[in-house]
Amino acid sequence: MVAADPSVVRRTVEAVWRIEAGRIVAVVARLTGDVALAEEIAQDALVAALERWPRDGVPDDPGPWLLATARHKAVDQIRRRTAYAAKLALVARETAEAADGGFDEAVEERIGDDLLRLIFTACHPALAAESRVALTLRLLGGLTTAEIARAFLISEPTAAARITRAKKALAGVEFALPPPPELGDRVASVLATVYLIFNEGYASSSGPSWARPELCDEALRLGRLLQGLLPREPEVHGLAALMELQASRLPARVSPAGEPVLLPDQDRRLWDRLLIRRGLAALDRAEELGGGVYTIQAAIAACHVRGTESDWPRIAALYEVLHHLQPSPVVALNRAVAVGMAGDPARGLALADELAGEKALRGYPQLPAVRGDLLARLGRLAEARAAFAEAAALTRNEAERAIFARRAGGLSTGGVPPPAG
Amino acid sequence: MRYIVLLTAARPDSPPPPELMEAIMKLGGEAGASGTLVDQGGLEPSAAGARVTVAGSELTVTDGPFAEAKEVVSYAIYDVKDKAEVVEWATRFMKVHRDLWPGWEGESQIFKVMGPGGA
Repeated sequence: MVAADPSVVRRTVEAVWRIEAGRIVAVVARLTGDVALAEEIAQDALVAALERWPRDGVPDDPGPWLLATARHKAVDQIRRRTAYAAKLALVARETAEAADGGFDEAVEERIGDDLLRLIFTACHPALAAESRVALTLRLLGGLTTAEIARAFLISEPTAAARITRAKKALAGVEFALPPPPELGDRVASVLATVYLIFNEGYASSSGPSWARPELCDEALRLGRLLQGLLPREPEVHGLAALMELQASRLPARVSPAGEPVLLPDQDRRLWDRLLIRRGLAALDRAEELGGGVYTIQAAIAACHVRGTESDWPRIAALYEVLHHLQPSPVVALNRAVAVGMAGDPARGLALADELAGEKALRGYPQLPAVRGDLLARLGRLAEARAAFAEAAALTRNEAERAIFARRAGGLSTGGVPPPAG
Repeated sequence: MRYIVLLTAARPDSPPPPELMEAIMKLGGEAGASGTLVDQGGLEPSAAGARVTVAGSELTVTDGPFAEAKEVVSYAIYDVKDKAEVVEWATRFMKVHRDLWPGWEGESQIFKVMGPGGA
């Protein structure tokens, strides 16, 4: 082992951490039964690496080094807690396995199971959405507090407090796989958390940029991880498909000047074909397994990428199905858009107007924006301008506000349809 | 960020040891499961391919094989947060070659794929 440039070593530690964090926390959580404690122990191992590797050089097997360090600290912790006699017996058995090399194999066999427990724990429905997101990014993504703060445009102290609160909330949650009757709901909670992360990156709800691709990347990686851990869950593949397909459009979503480019105006040659291929493959898998709500949304996304133009009549039909399965106001609004795009703006507007009283859509800028676009296509320009002005006033995203304000200010023809690419 | 990794190595006299192939499959599985390895493939020897070259305003098409000391053996595409991460994965692949095929020599070349805004 040779000492090397400290900044290179530091970046190596961080890279190894991103690769190994989830498994390390999962293994230690299994040993201690306590995810919050496991996270602290894992962090201690990270600190140890940051201290020793610049001095001693990067070890030949960095992953196992971190795991062994974390495991030793866990054993120390357990020994100190005399009430955990049962845990001691467990650890004694495992350290005996370690003595003849059996521990590492046992860890290997169980790692999928341990990671699943960790994911289900981090995304437990009893936790607030904010906490689930913070824990998932921290424990599975290996993100630092600073990275989480940047991702959500909050200060570091706020991010640290959020993580601490989330870990405290874990006190009552068992590190276990959900029993089969609960599996559906628990999987749904995990998927919702991952999609929340994706959406915050894809269509940032606030702040200066239209999108934060790094968050999308984290969510994509989590989605792929889930595909490996829960290969027979259709909606796991459905969500992965949806995210890969939406992410494929990111390169075309923002102009070189940094302005948002809506879907029908996007240069399709910029769409990422590798992600499209992965998304379509995941969609096939999801449909084979029985599909669901994310799968239908992915099928809708696929309609945009197949062929040279989006197949709006098919998209409208898929939204009808989606609305049956998930009659949420946002789905109903998207259905209105699709119906308008498929050639019937009057019916689209009627559907949008049905949503006028919806509490869930109050303050949601897309509702007046959609109405504005449909009104414009019907030639009712003054009303359209008023609707876009309303949308501009409601949005907290700067880039989006600029689009709406432009359409409020200067509408000459019907033109550009709304679906935010 | 996306990176492409090209593995080059001298054409071997003997087939790779089965333990190495097993270890490569396992490592590839881990990289795939982690969500960062998004595409990969083995490349046939140059005998199966060709070259199209422009030099001195002349365009030439040449069929393989090519008498080079080294062949490009495989490619892998990674979707990672930074260069250090793909270097770590490539290092792991190279280590299994070093450890399980004594005498083997080769090189992984890591290229960053251009993306919008340099991301």
